[in-house]
Amino acid sequence: MIISVASGKGGTGKTIIATNLALSLNKNIQFLDCDVEEPNAYLFLNPKISKTEPVGIPFPVVDEKKCNYCGKCAEVCAYNAIAVVKNKVLIFPELCHGCGGCSFLCPQNAISEVNKPIGVIEQGKAGQIDFVHGILNVGEALHTPVVRAVKNKINNSKTTIIDVAPGTSCPVIEAVKGTDFCILVTEPTPFGLNDLILAVEMLRKLGVPFGVIINRADVGDKKVEKYCKEEKIPVLMRIPLDREIAVAYSNGIPFILQKKEWKPRFKNLYSKIIKLTVGTKKGRQK
Amino acid sequence: MKVAISSQGDNLDSQVDARFGRCNYFIIIDSETGEFEAVSNQASGAMGGAGIQSAQTVAGKDVKAIITGNVGPNAFQTLKATDIKIYGVASGTAREAIEKYKKGELQEFSDSSVPGHFGMGKL
Repeated sequence: MIISVASGKGGTGKTIIATNLALSLNKNIQFLDCDVEEPNAYLFLNPKISKTEPVGIPFPVVDEKKCNYCGKCAEVCAYNAIAVVKNKVLIFPELCHGCGGCSFLCPQNAISEVNKPIGVIEQGKAGQIDFVHGILNVGEALHTPVVRAVKNKINNSKTTIIDVAPGTSCPVIEAVKGTDFCILVTEPTPFGLNDLILAVEMLRKLGVPFGVIINRADVGDKKVEKYCKEEKIPVLMRIPLDREIAVAYSNGIPFILQKKEWKPRFKNLYSKIIKLTVGTKKGRQK
Repeated sequence: MKVAISSQGDNLDSQVDARFGRCNYFIIIDSETGEFEAVSNQASGAMGGAGIQSAQTVAGKDVKAIITGNVGPNAFQTLKATDIKIYGVASGTAREAIEKYKKGELQEFSDSSVPGHFGMGKL
C-alpha cells in the first residue's frame, strides 16, 4: 500500500499529515520525503541516517575531434540545451534534462556522457519507521530524477507514506503517479480551493484515487466543503485551527505525541483509505 | 550584407519585436539591395531555450548582424560564438530599423540586455 500526501497549495499541512499518520501506524511503515527541494519531514521524525547515495543525470560531453558540426544533437534536443553554430558546440547545463538523445543519435559518435551530480538520497531509521528522503542540490532545477531515486527505494512489503512537494508540476506528478491513494491536504480559503481543483484534475488524469483533508477547517469559508460534496470527493478528516498543534509544529514535534486523542483518528483515516482503495485496480492487486 | 530584424509581422512595415528569442518573425534583409525574406520563428512558443534556438536560426541564414530590442544571456552566448553583431532598437518598423542601422545610429550590445525568460508570456 502506497499513500501519497499532496496538495495544490503549499503550506496546508502535508508534512503534518504525513508524519502524524506514519507515527500513528508506526509498525511496518516506510516514510519517503519526495519534496526534494526542501525536505522537512526529518525535522519531525528525527531519523538516524545510515546511508547516503548520490543522484546524477547523464550529461553530454562533445569530442571536438570527432564532431563534424552537423547539428543533429541541437536538432534532436527537445529542451534546446545544445547549440551548434560556426564550428562550435555550446551546451547549456541548466536546460539539459539528461535524456541522452544527443549522444544516442550523434552520427559521428562524438558525444559521450558523464554523470552530473544533482542531489543525494539519504536512508535511515526513525524509531521503527524506515526513512528515505531526497535532497536536490541548491540551484539545481531538475527535481524529477531525485524524486525517482527516492521512489526506487519503495519496499512493497511495507505501507509506504510519501510526502510530496506542493503544486501540480513535474516533481509532484513523479511522486504521486503509481501510488495507491493520494491524500490532498487543503485549507478552507479561496487559494486552498483554487489549488485543490488543479490537484484534483491532475489526479483524475493520472487515475490515482484520492480524498481530501481540510486543515484549519473551522476558519475561512465553506466553499471547499461544497466543492467536495458536488464532486463526490470524500473528506477524510478535518483538523481545526488549534494553537497547541501550531506550537508543536513550530517545535518540530508531531502533534499526536501531545494530543493523544488524534492517534486513533489517524488510524481511522488509514482504515478509511483501505476501504476506498478496495475495488480499485491497486486494491484488487492487494 | 544580410541583417536579421526581430519583427512582429512578416513585412518591412511590421513593428520591430522587442524580444529576440520569442519574436514572431525574423526579417532577413540584404542591406545593399533591400531584398528581404520573412522567416517564421519556430522557437517563439518554445518551453525553454527559445533564445538558443533563435540564435541558431539566424546564424543558419548567414546574417552578419541582428537588430532587436533585447537579448537574453543564452541567446547572447550563442551569438557570441558566431561573428554576428547585435544592435539594439527601441521601437519602430523594420524599415526604420534598417535605415537607422545603415546610418550607423544603432548601439551594439556588448552583453545580454535582459535576464533569462524575459520574453516569456509577453504580448
